[in-house]
Amino acid sequence: MNGIDLTVIWAGIIAFSVMVYVIMDGFDLGIGILFPNFKVGSDRDMAMNSIAPVWDGNETWLVLGGGGLMAAFPLAYAIILPALYAPLIAMLLGLVLRGVAFEFRWRDPSHRARWDFAFTAGSVIATFAQGITLGAVLQGITVEGRAYAGGWWEWLTPFSILTGFALLAGYALLGCCWLIWKTEGALQRQCYSYAGRLGILLLIAIIAVSAATPFLETEYFSRWLAYPGVLATAQIPLATMVITVLFFRSLSKRKEAAPFFYALGLFGLSLVGLGVSMWPDVIPGRITIWEAAAPYESQLFMLVGAGIMVPIILAYTAWAYWVFRGKVGSDGYH
Amino acid sequence: MIENDLAINLARAQFAFTVSFHFLFPAFTIGIASFLAVLEGLWLKTDKGVYANLYRYWLKIFAVVFAMGVVSGIVMSYQFGTNWSVFSDKAGPIIGPLMAYEVLTAFFLEAGFLGVMLFGIDKVGRKLHFVATLAVAVGTAISAFWILSVNSWMQTPVGFTINDVGQYVPAAGWWDIVWNPSFPYRLVHTVLAAYLTTAFAVGAVGAWHLLKDRTNPGARKMFSMAMWMAALVAPTQIFMGDLHGLNTLEHQPAKVMAMEGHYESHPDGAPLILFGVPNSKEKRVDYAIEIPKASSLILKHDLNAPLAGLDTIPDKDEPPVGIVFWSFRIMVGLGFAMLGIGLWSLLARSRKKLYDWPWLHRAALVMGPSGFIAVLAGWVTTEVGRQPFTIYGLLRTSESAAPLDAPAVAASLLAFVLVYFVVFGAGIVYLFKLAAKPPEAHEPAPDDSPIRSAGITPAVAVLDGDHEEGAIS
Repeated sequence: MNGIDLTVIWAGIIAFSVMVYVIMDGFDLGIGILFPNFKVGSDRDMAMNSIAPVWDGNETWLVLGGGGLMAAFPLAYAIILPALYAPLIAMLLGLVLRGVAFEFRWRDPSHRARWDFAFTAGSVIATFAQGITLGAVLQGITVEGRAYAGGWWEWLTPFSILTGFALLAGYALLGCCWLIWKTEGALQRQCYSYAGRLGILLLIAIIAVSAATPFLETEYFSRWLAYPGVLATAQIPLATMVITVLFFRSLSKRKEAAPFFYALGLFGLSLVGLGVSMWPDVIPGRITIWEAAAPYESQLFMLVGAGIMVPIILAYTAWAYWVFRGKVGSDGYH
Repeated sequence: MIENDLAINLARAQFAFTVSFHFLFPAFTIGIASFLAVLEGLWLKTDKGVYANLYRYWLKIFAVVFAMGVVSGIVMSYQFGTNWSVFSDKAGPIIGPLMAYEVLTAFFLEAGFLGVMLFGIDKVGRKLHFVATLAVAVGTAISAFWILSVNSWMQTPVGFTINDVGQYVPAAGWWDIVWNPSFPYRLVHTVLAAYLTTAFAVGAVGAWHLLKDRTNPGARKMFSMAMWMAALVAPTQIFMGDLHGLNTLEHQPAKVMAMEGHYESHPDGAPLILFGVPNSKEKRVDYAIEIPKASSLILKHDLNAPLAGLDTIPDKDEPPVGIVFWSFRIMVGLGFAMLGIGLWSLLARSRKKLYDWPWLHRAALVMGPSGFIAVLAGWVTTEVGRQPFTIYGLLRTSESAAPLDAPAVAASLLAFVLVYFVVFGAGIVYLFKLAAKPPEAHEPAPDDSPIRSAGITPAVAVLDGDHEEGAIS
C-alpha cells in the first residue's frame, strides 16, 4: 500500500458517515421538531408513516460514525466524548425517547399525545445536542497528554449554542422538504408554507456560523482566507448562494422533490466547509488525524470490511427506500 | 482519591445499568427473529394459516422489543467513550475494528430490512419478504458474533503488543484476535441462552392462553414449538455451559474460584459448594452445604484432583466473590429448572397430553421470565468475574475510566435510570398487553403499526384521534 495513506482514507470514511447520518437522520429528526405543528390525527400519522420504515437505518450511520471514530481514531474518540459529556448523554436520551415513540404511539392510543410529545422533545434535544457538539469541536477542546483536560462546561459557549440552533433550523428544513416530497394535501401545503421561512432561518444561521468560524482559531482564518487558498474556498459560499437561489425557485414553482435535494445540497456544502476548517486536524488546533490514527493493521482490516460492506449497505438501503417510494397517503404507502 | 473512587464506581454502576437493560432486548430479539424466520418459512412451505397468524402475532411483539434494543444499543456505543475513554484509547485499535464490523455487517442489515419486514409484505411479495425476515434474523446473529468476540477478547486477550503510547495493537493477525480462546464457547453459550430465553417467553404466552382456552390453535402451536426448544436446547446448553466453565478454568481461574466459593486451595479434591454465604472478610463460606470432592470431579474429571483457591491470588486481583457466587447459582439453578420443564413437556407429549396438563402450563407460565433472569445472571457472573480488570490481567478497571467528575456521572446515571424506567417500563407494559391478547384465527397484520393504522382500519384511527383530543382537553 505504498503511497496510499490509510489515515486519509479513514478520515474520508468517517466524514462520509457523518454526512450520510446528518442528511438521513436529519430529515427524520426534523419531522420530530415540526411534529407539534401538525394536526392531530391523519396528518401526524402520515408524517410518522413517511419515516417509520427507514429511521432505524438512518440512525445506524450515527453508530458507524461513533464506532468508526473509536476504531480508526481511538485517541480522538477518547478525548472528544468526555469533553462533550453532557450534550452527548442528552443526545442519547433524546434518541431513546424519540426512537421508542415510533412504536409506542401506536401501541397506546390513550397516551398517544404523550408519546408524540416524547417524539418531539427527543428530536429537539438530540438535534440541539448534535449542533452543540459540532460547535464545541470546532471551537477547540482542552487537551493534556492523551486526555481531555477541560471542565464539564467547556462546551457551553455562545458559539456552540448558535450551532445548536443552526442545526435545529437545518433539520427542520430537511424534515419539511421530505414531507413536501412524500405527502400531499393539507400537510404538504402546510410544509410548503414552512419551507420558505425555515430556508431563510437556515441561511441566517449558515451566515452567522460561517462569519464566526474564522475568528475561533487563527488557523481557520488562514485556511479560509489566505491567498491562493481563498480561490478554492470562495467556491463554497458561491455554490451555497447558487443552491439557495435554486431552492427558493423550486419552492415557488411548487416542485415536490427538488426542494429536498437542494436542502441536502446546502447541508453538503456546510459539511464541506466544516472539512475545510478542520483539515487535517481531528481535534482542531490540537491533534491531527495522523496523531489520533489507529495503527496500520487496524485501519487495513477495517478498510477491507468497509470496502466490501459499504457499497452493499448503500445498495440495500436504496432498495428499502425504493420499496417505500411514492406518496405516503393517509392510508400508508401506495 | 476518594472522590475519584466514587466517580469510578458511579461509572461502573452506569455501565452495569445501561448494559443490563440493553442486553435483555437483544437476548430476546435474537431468538424471536429466528422464530419468525422459522414461522414464515413454514408458512411458505405448508401454506398453513396458523403459521402466518403466529408470524403476525409475534411480529408486533418483535417490533416493540427491537425498537427498545436499538435505542438502548446506541447508548452503549457511546458509553465506551464518555465514561471509559482511557480504555477506548488503549483498546480501540483492537476492539474498535471488531465493533465496526458489527455495525457494517449486522446493524445495517437488521435496520435495512426491518422496514420491509414490518411494513412491506404487500409491496414485495411473500418470497422477498421472507428474505427480509431472514436478513434480520441473520443480522441479529452476526451482531452477537462480533460483540461477543469483543467481550471475549477482553476476557482472554491474545494477539496483541503494546505500542509506545500504551495502546494494545494487533500483532499476530486478526484471525487469532477474533477467535480468541474463550470466544467459541461464549458465542455458543450466549446464542443458546438467547434461544432459551425466547423459548420460555413464547412458551409462557402459549401456556397463558392454553390455560384460558386449550383449543386455541395458535396457542397450541406456539406452546408446542417452545417446548421442543426447551427440551432440546436446555440439555445442550447445560453441556455447553460446562465446556465454557472448563475453558474459564483454563484462562481465568480466579473467576471459577469465585463462582465455586473456593477461598482455599484443595490439594486432594475440592468440594462442590451447593449453597452457602461467602464471607470475604474471613475468607470462608459460611453455612456451606457441600458435596465432598464433587467440584474436582466436575472441573477436572477426577475426584482427587487438586484445585487452587483464591489464597493463590493476590487480594488486589480478586473479583468480588459474593456477587459472582450468587449470580452463578441463579443461572445454573434456572438452567436445571428449564431442563425440568423440557423433560416434563416430553413426558406430556409422549402421553398426548401436552395441551391438557394445566400444571405444566402453570409451570411454563411461571418460567416465562426465567431466560431473562438467567442471561443477566450469567452476564454478571462473567463480567464481575473478570474484575478488577477490563482487559483481563492487563488493564485495571480503575485505570480505564475517563477523567470523570463524580457529580457529572451521578447526574447522568440518574437521568439514565429515570428515562429507562419510564420508557422501557412503558414498553414492557405494552409487551404484556400484546401478549395478553390470544392469537386469533385471522390474526390481523400489524394493523395498528405505522403504515396501515390509518388505512385498513380507518374507523379505529379516527376514533383514536377523537379519543386523544378528548384526553388532552
